[in-house]
Amino acid sequence: MMEHLLIAPVVLPALVAPFIIMAVRHHLDLQRIFSLASVVLLAAVSLTLAAQALDGTVKVYELGDWPAPFGIVLVLDRLSAMMIVLTSLLALPVLLYAIGSGWDTRGANFHALFQFQLMGIMGAFLTGDAFNLFVFFEVLLIASYGLMIHSGGTRRFQAGVQYVVFNLLGSTLFLFALGTLYSVTGTLNMADLAVKVAQIPAEDTALLRVGAVMLLLVFAIKASLLPLHFWLPSAYANAPMPVAALFAIMTKVGAYSILRMYTLIFGPDVEATAGLTEAWLLPAALLTLGAGAVGVLGSKKLGRLAAFGAIASMGTLLIAISLFTQTAAAAALYYLVHSTLAAALLFLVADLVMERQGQWILPQMPMPQTGLISALFFAAAIALAGMPPLSGFLGKLLVLDATRGVDLAPWIWAVILAGSLTTIIGMARAGSLLFWKGHGLPPQDTDTSAEPPQEDLAARSAQLPFVACFGLLGGLVALTVFAGPATRYAEATAAQLYAPAAYIDTVLGRTQE
Amino acid sequence: MELLVASAVGILTAAGIYLILRRRSFPVILGLSLITYAVNVFLFATGRLATGAPPILNKYEEVAYTDPLPQALVLTAIVISFGMTAVVVMIALGAYLSSRDDSTAMPVEADGAEEDA
Repeated sequence: MMEHLLIAPVVLPALVAPFIIMAVRHHLDLQRIFSLASVVLLAAVSLTLAAQALDGTVKVYELGDWPAPFGIVLVLDRLSAMMIVLTSLLALPVLLYAIGSGWDTRGANFHALFQFQLMGIMGAFLTGDAFNLFVFFEVLLIASYGLMIHSGGTRRFQAGVQYVVFNLLGSTLFLFALGTLYSVTGTLNMADLAVKVAQIPAEDTALLRVGAVMLLLVFAIKASLLPLHFWLPSAYANAPMPVAALFAIMTKVGAYSILRMYTLIFGPDVEATAGLTEAWLLPAALLTLGAGAVGVLGSKKLGRLAAFGAIASMGTLLIAISLFTQTAAAAALYYLVHSTLAAALLFLVADLVMERQGQWILPQMPMPQTGLISALFFAAAIALAGMPPLSGFLGKLLVLDATRGVDLAPWIWAVILAGSLTTIIGMARAGSLLFWKGHGLPPQDTDTSAEPPQEDLAARSAQLPFVACFGLLGGLVALTVFAGPATRYAEATAAQLYAPAAYIDTVLGRTQE
Repeated sequence: MELLVASAVGILTAAGIYLILRRRSFPVILGLSLITYAVNVFLFATGRLATGAPPILNKYEEVAYTDPLPQALVLTAIVISFGMTAVVVMIALGAYLSSRDDSTAMPVEADGAEEDA
């Protein structure tokens, strides 16, 4: 029974979602209950699996009991365990927020799509098969299309079309990449790919290198690496903010895939693909951070501010990943957890503000609960910018520390520090416009105070959104307080990533005999 | 045969990319469909091209056979791209009906700043 627990993170939402659509379609309360129960159960399952993976063993689940290179496998190692725990712990506050703020009532099937989205994300983190990774990408994308245009509106639809077209092109590129890899190696199992790629003679690798770069491009689209990031700002800024908060984990799916593929299959000591990515991935990541920071500074709307904040944090993460060393990977993993929580918190706080006074960053009359919201905005801003009290500072310190001995280290230091400064200025500008300047305005009782949001807000359960925000903030604080154990876990995970032999042997069943 | 398949993939992709760059919903969707056809043919060819051979290995003698796995991959890709096309048609239709504009570019917003100030 216990060995089947490994597939539960995929099966559970996959069962709950159709149940919500078919059985409790017209009962919003029941939908909320089942959706919440599913997420809580998912968190429990993920934590159990993480406890199993804690000692460094790699667990394999063979679907249909077909042995590894022939059947599809799910693989649980420390990295996968960390990612599914992060996903379920992110999903819980986001779902609470969506329920508390009433976002789930503004369109049909929010909860079912939410569950399908979780299914896709969990599957992408757990699978050990490259084509299956594509399938789970599609599952999470098709659910995200529905979530992105949830509750409709002209601009949201237009942004949705762009988002869908961009990602469909990305999916096609993914298929081209997988086809190329298959034609060279004859396999799509990741562990088997790793073995086959290492055996290919050096003069025969042209096609393989093409496939590897195309695969990296696909993941770069998902991770919003700079020249391929254009889908992100308008998609995230126009999506419902709780959905954008959940999407904070989707860019990390891209980062995870880069980390997985380029340590396991195209690792640093694989001759065939050596020197393929180092030359341009790091500069692109630096530019990503720069563009994100400048975007934060220049945003006129709160949604775009949060979206560019997410891009800046992806830039820092990708800098750490693109160094491709073990210490840098450990720093990247710590920063990954932090940036997911921080970006989600910023999106939720942005929604709190937007629900009360609209999406423009302009001085306006003080809104209800302005003290609490401005405190939360302050916390989210210092978290995302990487200021001392919260874990962003530690994460950036780890990344800076990991650049020792790298040629481009001065550039990395300069860009990360200047990017942080620019982000802080941008956040401070937005915060002071939103929360301080309003107090100086002459009182006006035209259309702003007579708007319905006031009684709307009172009617809704006003506590739950704050519970959700403080939950995410609590996660950030916990990540700071328990930074020691967290970095030790990240270091052990990175060590496991850079010693892929155990992973390969377990998946291919070589150690059982 | 190789030339035929290769040029089919190339022409389909080129036509698809041209149509996507037209930046109107309908050509963009057609272009996406063409590219997914191209990728389906490409995937089909990744198991090497073999004519008239069954997808079955014979363990008693050396016979020509065709690789069955790409066919399964193509089937999956067809199903997914079919579903995705349906979704993008619906979203594009929603965007067109609510904005009366089938451009896939985001309109420049001139409103808002003054109406909120």
